Amino acid sequence: MKPTDIAAPDYFHKVVDCQWACPAHTPVPEYIRLIAQGRYSDAYMINWKSNVFPGILGRTCDRPCEPACRRGRVEETPVAICRLKRVAADFKDDIKQRLPRPAPKNGKRVAFVGGGPASLTVARDLAPLGYHCTVFDADPEAGGMMRTQIPKFRLPNSVIDEETGYILGLGVEFKGGHRIESMKSLLAEKYDAIFVGSGAPRGRELDIPGRKEAAGNIHIGIEWLASVSFGHIDKIGKRVIVLGGGNTAMDCCRTARRLGGEKVTVIVRSGFEEMKASPWEKEDALHEDIPILNYMVPVAFKHVAGKLIGVTFQHVKAEYDAKGRRNLVPSGDPDQTIPCDDVLVAVGQENAFPWIEQDCGIEFDKWHMPKVDPKTFVSTNPKVFFGGDAAFGPKNIIWAVAHGHDAALSIHKMLSGEDITERPLPEVHVSSQKMGIHEWSYDNDISIDKRYKVPHRDKVIALKDIRAEVELGYDVKLALGEAERCLNCDVQTVFSTSLCIECDACADICPMDCITFTGNGEESDLRQRLKAPSPHPDQDLYVSSDLKTGRVMVKDEDVCLHCGLCAERCPTGAWDMQKYFIDMTHAGSTCPTKSRSAA
Amino acid sequence: MTYIAKPKFHHPGLKKNELGYTHRDYEGKISTLCAGCGHDSITASIIEACYELSIEPHRVAKISGIGCSSKTPDYFLGNSHGFNSVHGRMPSVLTGANLANRDLIYLGVSGDGDSASIGFGQFAHSIRRGVNMTYIVENNGVYGLTKGQFSATADRGSKSKKGVTNTDNAIDLVAIALQLGATFVARSFSGDKTQLVPLIAAAIRHKGASFIDVISPCIAFNNHAGSTKSFDYVREHNDAVNRLDVLVGRDPIAVDYAPGTVQMVEQHDGSKIALRKIDADYDPHDRLGAQTFLARHAAKGQIVTGLLYVDPDAEDLHEHLNTVETPLNTLEADTLCPGSAVLDKINASLR
Repeated sequence: MKPTDIAAPDYFHKVVDCQWACPAHTPVPEYIRLIAQGRYSDAYMINWKSNVFPGILGRTCDRPCEPACRRGRVEETPVAICRLKRVAADFKDDIKQRLPRPAPKNGKRVAFVGGGPASLTVARDLAPLGYHCTVFDADPEAGGMMRTQIPKFRLPNSVIDEETGYILGLGVEFKGGHRIESMKSLLAEKYDAIFVGSGAPRGRELDIPGRKEAAGNIHIGIEWLASVSFGHIDKIGKRVIVLGGGNTAMDCCRTARRLGGEKVTVIVRSGFEEMKASPWEKEDALHEDIPILNYMVPVAFKHVAGKLIGVTFQHVKAEYDAKGRRNLVPSGDPDQTIPCDDVLVAVGQENAFPWIEQDCGIEFDKWHMPKVDPKTFVSTNPKVFFGGDAAFGPKNIIWAVAHGHDAALSIHKMLSGEDITERPLPEVHVSSQKMGIHEWSYDNDISIDKRYKVPHRDKVIALKDIRAEVELGYDVKLALGEAERCLNCDVQTVFSTSLCIECDACADICPMDCITFTGNGEESDLRQRLKAPSPHPDQDLYVSSDLKTGRVMVKDEDVCLHCGLCAERCPTGAWDMQKYFIDMTHAGSTCPTKSRSAA
Repeated sequence: MTYIAKPKFHHPGLKKNELGYTHRDYEGKISTLCAGCGHDSITASIIEACYELSIEPHRVAKISGIGCSSKTPDYFLGNSHGFNSVHGRMPSVLTGANLANRDLIYLGVSGDGDSASIGFGQFAHSIRRGVNMTYIVENNGVYGLTKGQFSATADRGSKSKKGVTNTDNAIDLVAIALQLGATFVARSFSGDKTQLVPLIAAAIRHKGASFIDVISPCIAFNNHAGSTKSFDYVREHNDAVNRLDVLVGRDPIAVDYAPGTVQMVEQHDGSKIALRKIDADYDPHDRLGAQTFLARHAAKGQIVTGLLYVDPDAEDLHEHLNTVETPLNTLEADTLCPGSAVLDKINASLR
């Protein structure tokens, strides 16, 4: 193998698995260290810069970081990254002084369709640069789906108000209760750019017999959740069936439990394991005594005199064809009718753009989705950009934020007369953490604690009040314990070939047998000759150039604890522990300076 | 010195030996020696050898004297018996322990000061008595704990870190061990585990006095130009007569050299390394031949490593003394003191 080029920004970035997996590339280990030090406001600002909604995401994020977390490959469970983010939000001081100041206007106007996470991220990045940002939303308050679709017992209004408030406070104009009905007339208002962040607002229908006749007791999940959120609906029948296996279904069933649903059942077509809902959301539903039945396909709504009395299901089983594709085929068991009073349909969401006219210069593909460039987020109309669920279909908040940052950069470049396809590289800082002979500026003593559970409100109380937040969040002590579980993967092991005397001290001390000195070879061959097995080929090998004896140093990054013992036992300083900090490129410099954000 | 304990986590894919232990289970406390010390590599090699032999840690007694080397038993086999004895007195304590309980595996760990100076006599007598043990000398040619004076194994003409030339002749412990009748004699290098681990494993299996001299560079005081115990010097002058890969069932090493050839490897800085990996003519069953070979190569400045002599049919001290098979420490009073009737019988036979 060729010697590893550690100067390439992506090499060390990939080693920080959580940050690499995060769509917005939040510097996770950095903020977790700050939490451990009690510097909650600093931790919050690191998050605020990357993901804009730390308090909201700390409660609701889909957490792509956690399955990626290295800790999950070392022991059973990853670090509770998401809930630590909430800790930063919960315990921070007043951070208003740290926010960017509203800038003098530069005369350029940008319109936003929809006031959800994607639009607000773009506005957050652009407003401090002097753009006049106007956000239109059909709802009276900002937040989009974060406010309407996520139940209050998971995400209180106060958190949404606070974090949307930080953005609107930058001088962003918010026009609530103002639905954009025509792209053409919006274009006619001569905005310099338009960002569409209108989400995926339409719940998918379930067109089976009885749907029309029993319509009074059949509700589309996200519409029903929005009505609950605005207080239009405050009760439901005692027996409720929720159809669908995504996170919306989980929100529906738990909301139903709080509005009078005594016997709430979730029923999914697929197997329990393949459900789209996050494992922890399924857990929370089960904890609230909501059974989840699987491999059952709804075939008809049963009704008497216009009133729903139940749903009939066909039992299916999974069969896999030669290509490994799954097909659901009838299991042969007789159909089963489950009695109920109400049904919530949460079988998916769709995009809908009835308000974009054919002749706006915005082309759509055969799935009726706008043609959007995945890097710049520009549509076929060079002034119109899309992001969040509106761009590529339903995803989640953190993806909307990532889209927003990229779209903001595009808009800023376009309005500065630059080529939007040229994307500036991120800024990378690498600095030694050595403080003394065997002292580091980070805590390298590895905690063996298991993942700490987040305290929950007592179930009886929680089920009585739909606005009572179920998760109480870590207290300071639990947060410290959990923060100590982080392996500091951003503190990189950096090897200097010229200093190595091949004494083997690093290979001997390494608790994970990551380091091997051996003859060079092809990657597949090298992976066979390492001290310990190498089961994850997606995890890079760090290979040195030739050493004095002609061998090379090979380090499998896979399960490195970043404990720094290789560097402590190295007599010549050939190993050093260096912190890698990557500043993703955002539009302009909208955020606190590096010297303040990088501890 | 490292202040943190070595993390308890280990690689999830580590192989287990016949007893279900990983090699991590054979570790002791974290080393307090200087970073990069050759002794730590020997510690790692002992751990590896015991793991590969699936030795039950509680069947091992590790005994040492005083010095950097003698601290190392704290760093391996944390679940074994141990005795850190007086300077140079490891061989006597080991001999005594071995006589009391012949069932344990005895690891004597010593250094060049401990064995070639203050304990030279002890070393000699334990070898000539054929105590069943593995006697490892971690040989760095220098008194590291007292800041770098020459030890008795420092080569004449080699230079100290401060530039002083050694005028005394060196003691070659391997040559002495051969002369005194050790039945397993080897030399190796801490920087060459593929050679060292199988040697330790073979020595542990050997019945009789096994002696291994391991050259172990002292990073702090004896790893400079002019030293003959530095990483660079040992690598350049290492003359391995054989390899023992077959002994412990490990995968054969990737690079194989034709028997008896010297391969010159030119490095980046232009210096050359002479690699004679296997000597086809070398007979490890010929004690006299080994002594001559050793002397001839030492005169050329080469460090002969590998298994130098082995007598597979060796006897040990217990056979010489004709002791009972049962370990003496488990013999009950009625066996040890058979009573006056037996005494009368013995007395009668002497009249």
